[in-house]
Amino acid sequence: MSIDWTRNETLVALVILAFCVLAALSDPGFLSLATLTDLLRGGIVLGIFAVAAMIVLISGGIDVSFTAVAAFTMYVTAMILNAALPGLPWWGALAMGMAIGACLGAFNGVLIAFFGLPTLIVTLGTMSIFRGVMLTFIGQKQITTLPPGMREFGRMMLVRGENADGSFYSLHGAFLITVLSVVVTWVILHRTMLGRQIFAIGGSEESARRIGINVRAVQFFIYIYVGALAGLAGIIHASMARVANPFDLVGLELSVIAAVVLGGARLAGGHGTLTGTILGVALIVLVRNSLIVLGIPSTWQSVAIGCLILLGTGLPAWQAKRAAARAA
Amino acid sequence: MSDALVTLEGVTKTYSGITALDNVGFTIAAGEAVCLAGENGSGKSTLIKILAGVEQADRGRIAFAGVDQGPLNPRLSAAAGIKVIFQDFSLFPNLSVAENIAFSAEIGEGARLFHKRRVHDLAARTLKRIGVDIPLGVAVETLSVAHKQLVAICRALATEARLIIMDEPTTALTEREVRVLLDIIRRLKADGVAVLFVSHKLAEVLEVCEHVVVLRNGQKVAEGPAHEFDAAILTRHMTGRDVAGTPPVPLPASAPVLMEVSGLNKEGACSDISFTLRAGEVLGVSGLLGSGRTTLAKALFGLVKPDRGTIKLDGKIVPLGDPVAAAEAGIGYVPEDRLTEGLFLTQSILQNVAIGRLDAHGARAGLLDLGAAVSEARDWLGRLSVKTSNPEAPVRSLSGGNQQRVVLARWMARSPRVLILNGPSVGVDVGSKSEIHAIIAGLAAQGLGVIVISDDLPEVLTTCHRVLVMKAGRIVEDIDAVSISETDLAHRLAS
Repeated sequence: MSIDWTRNETLVALVILAFCVLAALSDPGFLSLATLTDLLRGGIVLGIFAVAAMIVLISGGIDVSFTAVAAFTMYVTAMILNAALPGLPWWGALAMGMAIGACLGAFNGVLIAFFGLPTLIVTLGTMSIFRGVMLTFIGQKQITTLPPGMREFGRMMLVRGENADGSFYSLHGAFLITVLSVVVTWVILHRTMLGRQIFAIGGSEESARRIGINVRAVQFFIYIYVGALAGLAGIIHASMARVANPFDLVGLELSVIAAVVLGGARLAGGHGTLTGTILGVALIVLVRNSLIVLGIPSTWQSVAIGCLILLGTGLPAWQAKRAAARAA
Repeated sequence: MSDALVTLEGVTKTYSGITALDNVGFTIAAGEAVCLAGENGSGKSTLIKILAGVEQADRGRIAFAGVDQGPLNPRLSAAAGIKVIFQDFSLFPNLSVAENIAFSAEIGEGARLFHKRRVHDLAARTLKRIGVDIPLGVAVETLSVAHKQLVAICRALATEARLIIMDEPTTALTEREVRVLLDIIRRLKADGVAVLFVSHKLAEVLEVCEHVVVLRNGQKVAEGPAHEFDAAILTRHMTGRDVAGTPPVPLPASAPVLMEVSGLNKEGACSDISFTLRAGEVLGVSGLLGSGRTTLAKALFGLVKPDRGTIKLDGKIVPLGDPVAAAEAGIGYVPEDRLTEGLFLTQSILQNVAIGRLDAHGARAGLLDLGAAVSEARDWLGRLSVKTSNPEAPVRSLSGGNQQRVVLARWMARSPRVLILNGPSVGVDVGSKSEIHAIIAGLAAQGLGVIVISDDLPEVLTTCHRVLVMKAGRIVEDIDAVSISETDLAHRLAS
């Protein structure tokens, strides 16, 4: 198989590889199960968010409200379960989170699909509204005692063990949910007409309308799906952190979109792969978790991520431009 | 006729009091190609929309295969086998050729799951039907315009198509690509598929048509068998007047040399280009797509940096690869694709003209004298008779011909010495075209040197004194335009 050097995926994979080699050279302990599980753990919530952000980007939109949806959902779910349904099992909590998230997503969907408002404006607005409503009317205090279902879920480990040097490692069961989200999304995007219509709308909304695609219905679905994924991620986040902090998550949205763009999705719509998105998330998590290993202060994180974005999106764009100039 | 595929009778459509279509009727038989000619605003777009079911007629009868139709909608029209290929093709640039071809068929069947194999098979079959070979897996955005059009045709054919309506099918194609298109149309007709060409540039499709209908101001002004029409008759019906293709006024022998180009070379695009341009001369540069004509135009204006060679204007050397220096030296360039390269589409008409003169009106302490710039722009819009009720409206709202005049006005305001026009009348209707040609003649009469780059041969012959024929990046011939016929020139281009 030949390697396509113009693809973002290749570039990101190379950068990840280089990063790992550097880290391993400066700290031989880097290549351990503990590092791997740390990275996978860091990618659980980010990964679900990234899948959601990617679908919106493919459709030609942009959603910045998903973190607010997640925060709102985890806080409200924890509160309702504590007050009314303490007996609901963990899967019930996840389902409820998805339902609340889907409702909030439907709100975005109505404004975007039926009123035809620009996606960035709508989601900037709803991000602010969801967060504001939660903090003003619902509460600002952390919920430190989670409902039993979520506590139980928080303790579910896939793997747990001890390294030779005495350090512990573990991988949370929620990792499987992230994997499942990726698989389901892949099936939707590549094996259903609905998914192909999402790509088509991202390629040209007007053309999609002309050949009889129900653009409104597809957009409405997208924002509901994204809301459900965000709600899911919110519950997972709170369960793993063992606290529902209403100030968590918000602010993460741009890093997530950055990871997706790094993986090759285009802001103009129509392009995006799950492989690229996963690699993008991996790189961002790697930078967040491991710059310290390289002896670089953590404040440099955002500088490093910024540089990666410029490099990761700029290089292919520059190559494409050169190719176009040669062809002309 | 009861066996007609499509029958229109007395179709009338008004938009807020303006009559777009007035009592229009004609028929299309199966396997027949019909030419619907008309200038911009003649009502032909409205007619397409009515047939496609996008708009409903106010009055009139529409019948498919003898069966009267009620109010149409896009789904009903598509189900009746009426397929429109829009001028922009309405393809998905990010999807593969196969998916683009099969998409509407899959949606029409109500498929929920996406079967790659089925999509590929359908696409391969359809491409085979028109005898074209395009790789199925590549993204449409990487294809040439001609190939995109073929993909659009295939998409129309992938579902049961009885009538294919092609909106402005030839505007973006070179002569050779038009030949390929006509061959495909012949195949479709043999299959019993009817074709309706809708265009203002129809002379070249006449040979495959049986029937011609001409619209002007929403009314049918002429109809008849295609062999009774030629380019001149079509033009007369479309414009309602004679637009004579008069050759340019001969150049006085004393006209001084204005521009001298020698040994211009750009690796892989054009090699060893040398020519002179005299004051008051209109020089044509013609060649097929890929012959290097556009690269040459861009190199002259500094948009492409040549490897070597010199450009002299009035004996002074113009720096290569520097559009600002070229503009200062007095060279103007009107690009082929005025929508993306020549205009600020969302800005006002006045702004679009004034922007070329900002430096001239910005002298006082770096502050812009907007009033002066705008009044000058207004003056130029008047001189080039740009038809607009509101010069503050975005330039996007203008017709193709008027947009081209806006680009011209911007350059004229700078009083250039040499004006390079790349495809001056692409996407412009016949009436505006002859007015643009008159403007070109007027510029030359003022002593400007004009270079017209075009593969529209009648245009080259009516506007130019001399024609340079380009092939594979070289100038292969330097012909006196007065002494050559269109067929002869076409032959020299293609051979």
